[in-house]
Amino acid sequence: MIDFTQSHFALLGLPEVFALDLRELEQRYRASVTEHHPDRHAASDDATKRLSLQASTQINEAWQTLKSPLNRARYLLKLRGVDTQEDTNTAMPMDFLMNQMEWREAIEEACANQNLDRLEELSRELRGEIEAHESNLGALIDTEHNYTDAALAVRKLRFLEKLEEDISDAIETIMF
Amino acid sequence: MALLQISEPGMFAAPHQHRLAVGIDLGTTNSLVATVRSGVTTVLPDEDGHGLLPSVVHYAADGTNVVGHAAQALQNRDPANTIVSVKRFMGRGLNDVADLASPYRFVDAPGMLQIKTAAGVKSPVEISADILRSLKTRAEAALGGELVGAVITVPAYFDDAQRQATKDAAKLAGLNVLRLLNEPTAAAIAYGLDNGAEGTYVIFDLGGGTFDVSILELTRGVFEVRATSGDTQLGGDDFDHRLYCWILEKSGLSGLNDQDARLLLTHAREAKEALTEHVSTRVSAILSDGRAVDLEIPAHCFHTMTSHLVQKTIMPVRKALRDAKLGIENIKGVVLVGGATRMPHLRHAVAEFFKQEPLTNLDPDKVVALGAAMQANVLAGNRGDDEWLLLDVIPLSLGLETMGGLTEKIIPRNSTIPTARAQEFTTFKDGQTAMAFHVLQGERELVADCRSLARFELRGIPPMVAGSARIRVTFQVDADGLLSVSAREQSTGVEASIVVKPSYGLSDEEISRMLTDSMQHAQDDKEARKLAEARVEAESILNAVRAALDADSQLLSEAERASIEAAIAALQTQTATSDAGAITAATEALNQASSDFAARRMDVAVQKGLSGHTVEEIG
Repeated sequence: MIDFTQSHFALLGLPEVFALDLRELEQRYRASVTEHHPDRHAASDDATKRLSLQASTQINEAWQTLKSPLNRARYLLKLRGVDTQEDTNTAMPMDFLMNQMEWREAIEEACANQNLDRLEELSRELRGEIEAHESNLGALIDTEHNYTDAALAVRKLRFLEKLEEDISDAIETIMF
Repeated sequence: MALLQISEPGMFAAPHQHRLAVGIDLGTTNSLVATVRSGVTTVLPDEDGHGLLPSVVHYAADGTNVVGHAAQALQNRDPANTIVSVKRFMGRGLNDVADLASPYRFVDAPGMLQIKTAAGVKSPVEISADILRSLKTRAEAALGGELVGAVITVPAYFDDAQRQATKDAAKLAGLNVLRLLNEPTAAAIAYGLDNGAEGTYVIFDLGGGTFDVSILELTRGVFEVRATSGDTQLGGDDFDHRLYCWILEKSGLSGLNDQDARLLLTHAREAKEALTEHVSTRVSAILSDGRAVDLEIPAHCFHTMTSHLVQKTIMPVRKALRDAKLGIENIKGVVLVGGATRMPHLRHAVAEFFKQEPLTNLDPDKVVALGAAMQANVLAGNRGDDEWLLLDVIPLSLGLETMGGLTEKIIPRNSTIPTARAQEFTTFKDGQTAMAFHVLQGERELVADCRSLARFELRGIPPMVAGSARIRVTFQVDADGLLSVSAREQSTGVEASIVVKPSYGLSDEEISRMLTDSMQHAQDDKEARKLAEARVEAESILNAVRAALDADSQLLSEAERASIEAAIAALQTQTATSDAGAITAATEALNQASSDFAARRMDVAVQKGLSGHTVEEIG
């Protein structure tokens, strides 16, 4: 059975870095969950069943955490003892705030005009911006080890993902 | 000394012996049982060679019951004691189904409605158990031995209450449930293993009473559900009902008695089935008062009158695609499941939406039972060479009620199961020693819009200042999709837990409403959330300032005290309104008005601390 105290990275046999090989992550996850899933132990005794439930729960948690760049960065920083202060630190650089406002205005305007195409376009643009932030985050954590800036980058990324969610909700509202 | 080993009842089979296990599709209209024998998966027929068992039970005055075709034959003569489509009542309360036109005498009961029959009052769990018992008997007769266990399928969109009710029915029928399996996932196993499929597939499952759509990724023996959506209030029955209304309208009929209504509904269903193969059909019937119904129904007429129902299936499909972050170009194939997918205009609509012909090389009535049998075979320990694994998800988000009637999502929908998530909560008032938890399922932000699953309490929290207790609440969803919740105070280890056994049902209509609402009212939700949050914030500062005034008013001059009281009064007035902005402004004003006071209290507290007083005394 698995060691429940190890990190999500160790659990899946992966190096503790932001820039993971996503295909390898998926393969490791599948191999690991295949071994420990309750379906593999349905005919075993209760103790084994309970352990396999806990093990596969842990493996699913590791998978959910590591496959999302934002969750992965947050988790990595936590492992290194860095608090990302997402609930307490709301100070943001002025240019980032201005940029956020522009995004919000663009989304609101597209919503008001029921402009689906525009929303889809904004969604694609935002995706590009999110990916740029992610690669920056990777550099800060993996090569520069600048965790203070990485924590700020996590907070920024969270804002951007919230924007992405809002665009998605807006598209659904118009579509349905 | 060697200990003697005693095996569990029903688990007596020697390890190398084939263990008898079945898959059961407990459907709204029909039920089936299937098994894997010598590597071949087959549906087990009854003595007359019928594979499908109509999900109909008739209760007689002498206390006996008949199930299936025999019960169906009694349906027109004795509708009140012949229960059809009982699946619609599973895990449901009386007011959830009050609008369903049916000839039954419902009885309200805590947890789930019951039905008065000639053989006594029956709950939907008991009626379903009678259907399951009939299938169990059939399987044991065919297989010549006692079953080790069964996999029972449920609509992917079934919530916790409906899943629990299904599991209870199986237990009542004496079945050992190896797993509750989602119907579209079962279909994917049968289809995927049969065709060696790899890639992303959509399972489009329109049954008698429910509609499910699941998107699965099949890679090297792993069936991973990427997203699931559906409508538990949409099925083949709705097409029958629409046609039935059309017949009434065309024939100028109204106010039919139960027998005549049942008769015409049966005719409508037969006409719908006939139109699958013919361009036109005829309905001829004589009602109990001698009136005759005789109508020609062209297929195009039927298609037009039910086109809105066909369109209703597309919305959950779009939703699932969005959740899986996929477009139709990523879909390798669309597998049709459920008898209702035989309708040509539905097939046409599906083909048009996905820009490809759906896959229909498996019998849509049997594919779910076959998949369930394959899974049962594996779970019973009869491993073949072909090992595979299912990774399924929860269909609806799970959460807790927080202050202000808001839902805090703990586990989002479409999370892979088994899964667990813990979140910390804290106390709202000084000295609070108990906490009430309200477990919810649904997508909306307000508690009132979600389904209530359970309530429980954590008691014995040591009295502390508001906000300093740390209560960790853990949600665990097992491989059947069933939830258990526990809460633990971190510093003392006081614990409370509950296996969520919902005490009350939510109507299918409510579920589909909850879903559509969550999309349509995202904006309303945000406003409501803002308001609720502003009120909680206001309430919290009001409590704090009042407590401070009670304890330390001597630190203030008369005028200072009056200005704080004025700010309190202003905030109280605002909280009664629905203006989040005004409440927040008044909260901020009170905050300002009392900030000097707070600073003075802090100084005094520090001095007291230095002179050897404990912090608790300061409060």
